[in-house]
Amino acid sequence: MGGYLPGTERERRDMLAALGLSSADELFAALPEGVRLKGLSLPEGLSQQGVERRVRALAAENTVYPTILRGAGAERHFIPAIVNEVASREVFVTAYTPYQPEISQGVLQSIFEYQSMVCDLYDMDVANASVYDGASAAAEAASMCRERARVRVLASGAMNPRYAGTVRTYAAGRPVDEIPLADGRTDARALKNMLGADAACVLIQQPNYFGLIEDLSELTEIAHAAGAKLAVVYHPLAAALYRTPGECGCDIAVGEGQPLGLPLGFGGPYLGMMTAKKAMMRRLPGRIVGETTDRDGRRAFVLTLQAREQHIRREKASSSVCSNEALCALRAGAYLAAMGPEGLRDVAAQCYSKAHYLADRLAEAGLTRAHAGEFFHEFVTKCDQPEKLLAALSENGILGGLPVEGGVLWCVTEANTREELDRTAAIAKEVRA
Amino acid sequence: MKLIYERAGESARMLEPLDVPALRPADGMARKTELKLPRVAESEMSRHYAKLGRAAFGVCDGFYPLGSCTMKYNPKVNEAMAALPGFTDAHPTQDAPGCAHALALAKEYLTEITGMDDMTFEPCAGAHGEFTSMLMVRAYHLSRGDHGRTKIIVPDSAHGTNPASAAMAGFEVVPVASTADGRVDVEALRALVGDDTAALMLTNPNTLGLFDENILEITRIVREAGGVNYYDGANLNAVMGVARPGDMGFDLVHLNLHKTFSTPHGGGGPGSGAVGCKAFLAPFLPGSGDERSIGRVQAFGGNFLVVVKALCYLLALGREGVPAAAEAAVLNANYLKKRLSEKYACAAPGVCMHEFVLDLTRLRQETGVSAMDIAKGAIDCGMHPPTMYFPLIVHEALMFEPTETETRETLDQAADAYLKLFDLAYTDPEALHNAPTTGSISRPDEVAAARSPRLRYEHTA
Repeated sequence: MGGYLPGTERERRDMLAALGLSSADELFAALPEGVRLKGLSLPEGLSQQGVERRVRALAAENTVYPTILRGAGAERHFIPAIVNEVASREVFVTAYTPYQPEISQGVLQSIFEYQSMVCDLYDMDVANASVYDGASAAAEAASMCRERARVRVLASGAMNPRYAGTVRTYAAGRPVDEIPLADGRTDARALKNMLGADAACVLIQQPNYFGLIEDLSELTEIAHAAGAKLAVVYHPLAAALYRTPGECGCDIAVGEGQPLGLPLGFGGPYLGMMTAKKAMMRRLPGRIVGETTDRDGRRAFVLTLQAREQHIRREKASSSVCSNEALCALRAGAYLAAMGPEGLRDVAAQCYSKAHYLADRLAEAGLTRAHAGEFFHEFVTKCDQPEKLLAALSENGILGGLPVEGGVLWCVTEANTREELDRTAAIAKEVRA
Repeated sequence: MKLIYERAGESARMLEPLDVPALRPADGMARKTELKLPRVAESEMSRHYAKLGRAAFGVCDGFYPLGSCTMKYNPKVNEAMAALPGFTDAHPTQDAPGCAHALALAKEYLTEITGMDDMTFEPCAGAHGEFTSMLMVRAYHLSRGDHGRTKIIVPDSAHGTNPASAAMAGFEVVPVASTADGRVDVEALRALVGDDTAALMLTNPNTLGLFDENILEITRIVREAGGVNYYDGANLNAVMGVARPGDMGFDLVHLNLHKTFSTPHGGGGPGSGAVGCKAFLAPFLPGSGDERSIGRVQAFGGNFLVVVKALCYLLALGREGVPAAAEAAVLNANYLKKRLSEKYACAAPGVCMHEFVLDLTRLRQETGVSAMDIAKGAIDCGMHPPTMYFPLIVHEALMFEPTETETRETLDQAADAYLKLFDLAYTDPEALHNAPTTGSISRPDEVAAARSPRLRYEHTA
């Protein structure tokens, strides 16, 4: 029989006997006749070798691209070996949520360190221990801002549509309006006209879905002037280079932590990072770790401010989130520690430089940018026949950019080499010819 | 313990030198605030995390009977398969037939086990699955033009996530009383349901570890009132392969793949909160392609790599292994319950399912030793404590879920230890008030932590 039962048949019989039972069936005597299952219609269990054969065959059906030039919310970056090592430690992998602080200091401290690093990165006051991913973090940020008559969320039309969709789903019928764009960026003038007394928050993505840098300070001022909060979905690597959410006056900064040492993994598990100004601390959803002391005066860490959470507040909780992405947060913390401030700036600067290099080469090949102005490491080029171009790239082991309205959205990271970028431009030129 | 910020050294050189012309954003756009991440040598980092690891407790470290959390052994083959480059290097928007087939296979197994017709893997955790389900309930009623169904009925013994998820989806939460043994009070339920009932949220076995034998009547009452029956899969480990939520009258279920299907908890996540439903609700699933879909609840397809781990487990167990695991989980729980009943009072008598609750009210009255004290004492016996103070309907509750992957020897050792702690409560209660003494810290001051929150490392100037 397949499975992981450690007891022998004899032990099982002895235990039943100790309970005064003659068969395991009697354990289920409380089940009414109508619900007892006669048997599952499933294949027999497999040995571990059998499992490996089956699952390896599935993995082998996927193309592993040596070169990836696609982002849109999921990027391939260099992951230092020590990050994988740390995140694979069996104790971290198999521990539960740190409800028992006396034997969970390791997990609690790792979360505290993660919270500290994310605050440093975004230049914000407080962070939680994570939510599911960047999109759900954006949705939770919007929820944090709704109070009494202020229920309306104004979301930039230049947000990742997957994020905007998630915000809309989470809103469950509460109003979410889309802010129009001007040349690929949030239209500040339009925003001004949309803001009213019912506006809870303005939601902006930085860099936006098209890779463009928004004037975050100006948008924040406009939101604040109308009494609304500004929540930004900020790329964690861009925060190493550009004016921070803190410098721009944002009330909430969230982001997708996947670029910080997490594999692509076909979309998950990822990491929803959430930070806020101190004034909004008690509105943050989910776990938060705080520092205190034990009875002997030693430094200690605990889950804190739990009066916000579902297990205390039930239907009045700030969110229902319980399990989060703790191991991914540990991974991101290890990544940030491994890279250090210089290393992280190097990653960001290389993303920036290489993206601009590819943009120039593609322009030479006839694929000009769809928008003007500053971009970080993603950009849109016009492209008449994206399918043809992507197929040609794919044949050469390159996952090209994502087709979007008006062209193709490219993403370049430090993992890409100049040779890959030159080859991509050359293929683009051939396809156009 | 030192924080990573307080360790020293030079970071290792990670990246190759830039091989294109160096560019950077214009000064007006550039970050001004110093980036104060830790600066630490890789060797120091290695020791740092080794030390953190020693101050943590995983399933690999000992007995972990956290009630309602199903801390079963996490098979290593699951991890190895989820780390295959074919999966880890797949971009979520690329054509990935292997991923699609893995998801389809997991769906085949899990719809069979739950008795559902369709399933999504988008939700990333149990509460996310609950929230998704509640949004589906809302969309379903609205799609029929029924705007009056605004209430979700939740037993007072339920997990806190249930009412929180219902409220997030815009519903009003109506608690239904439990009987003394934690079962739904059928007459109270009958009096509550009506034209305003959107759904009932229920876990069966319930949070006292009892299978509600009135389940068919309960779901019928809700169905006849026009409501949806939603099954919280937190306790599915007791009955998987033995009874199916679909056959109990449930229309909608969420599963915790990180509990029932052996994927690890990772110190709090990531999980996977797959949601299954009967055909009439399938159009409302995230990603159904139908215009009535609730829409997406996260960016891509969910925690795919977690699903791969659960799939490995399902493949290993198969037809016989799934019910055998449930049976062994229930046997282990009853055996431990019987041993602990030698001294402790149980919140509900008789045969339990996969978990049971001790009620330490009397012990506390007689000795001053609380459920928390006993739990902390267990730490000094080398075990992870059970769940404390849940469900809320039992005052000094300790909730045990040993799972099927523990040996009789482990259960006996745990029972012996708990019986000794019981005696210790009478002979030396002070010792238990001061427990644990073997953790990396003694009991922390949680009140101070909440009163003056220190939530991040403060850099010295």
